[in-house]
Amino acid sequence: MDELIIAGKSYASRLLIGTGKYKDFDETRRAVEESGAQIVTVAIRRTNIGQTAGEPSLLDAVPPSKYTYLPNTAGCYSADDAIRTLRLARELLDGHDLVKLEVLGDPKTLYPNVVETIKAAEVLVKDGFKVMVYTSDDPIIAKQLEEIGCVAVMPLASLIGSGMGILNPWNLQIIIDNAKVPVIVDAGVGTASDAAIAMELGCDGVLMNTAIAGAGNPVLMASAMKKAVQAGREAFLAGRMPKKLYSASPSSPTTGMIGK
Amino acid sequence: MQSHFLAAILKAMQLTVNGAPHSFEQNPNLSQLLETLNLTGKRLAVERNGEIVPRSQFGETVLADGDQLEIVVAVGGG
Repeated sequence: MDELIIAGKSYASRLLIGTGKYKDFDETRRAVEESGAQIVTVAIRRTNIGQTAGEPSLLDAVPPSKYTYLPNTAGCYSADDAIRTLRLARELLDGHDLVKLEVLGDPKTLYPNVVETIKAAEVLVKDGFKVMVYTSDDPIIAKQLEEIGCVAVMPLASLIGSGMGILNPWNLQIIIDNAKVPVIVDAGVGTASDAAIAMELGCDGVLMNTAIAGAGNPVLMASAMKKAVQAGREAFLAGRMPKKLYSASPSSPTTGMIGK
Repeated sequence: MQSHFLAAILKAMQLTVNGAPHSFEQNPNLSQLLETLNLTGKRLAVERNGEIVPRSQFGETVLADGDQLEIVVAVGGG
């Protein structure tokens, strides 16, 4: 059985998805179900004061009893804010310690601030968190985050929410080749072929949100992404044929032609 | 200083909850605060002056004038 193992736990699905930006909780639920994802990211935010009891909640649509929650630190621009957010998340989720760390550096590009990310990772790992870390596609930083003790490194393929696809497969390849923990492409996937390419490179998984939630039909795109990740994984395991530049090779027999 | 001064004038204690001021006649405990805010029974986590308050200690955590509280929930996100 080819499973994704993160911090000692096995997952059949290599597609991780976010729960933001859907039309409503019902669409979130249907997209998550269709994607086959077992790990879903959630954000931690101030509650609305004066909210009426019994309002629909994400916890009802995507129950934490059925899915592995991956609370994130989206929107945090300092190590301190990220650490506080994840400590609140751990309390909120009854001691759940698998988290997604992301510390952003710039509101326009949402590019990660790797200096603050490293600071936060050091504190969180010491504090017992199992940290899956969003980072740039810098192979040296990715390795440092692994050495700190992060349980997965999650380089961007392109900017968060951009749908620009995999802009630097060569850097991702170096990260994959050097890593001893799972490498999960996080951010930038726009459509199914992007997810397949990430998996063909040898990534252990793909994390996405907008590619599904921002599609014309999110539930159908969730299905497409599930298949793309599976197809890409199988192609990687199968081992692609070598590329032969400028030399064709017929697939049909070259002998036994009529009239010769 | 300023918050103590104001509290004396208003004969009330002031809390900052999720960035907004709230005043109370007497010092509530955290469970009472959540009840006042209509948040009882909701799955949430609370940070008081930068420190997590475990859910099991809500009833015994008496709030003090000037306390800064963050009350959070899980929402959709990527």
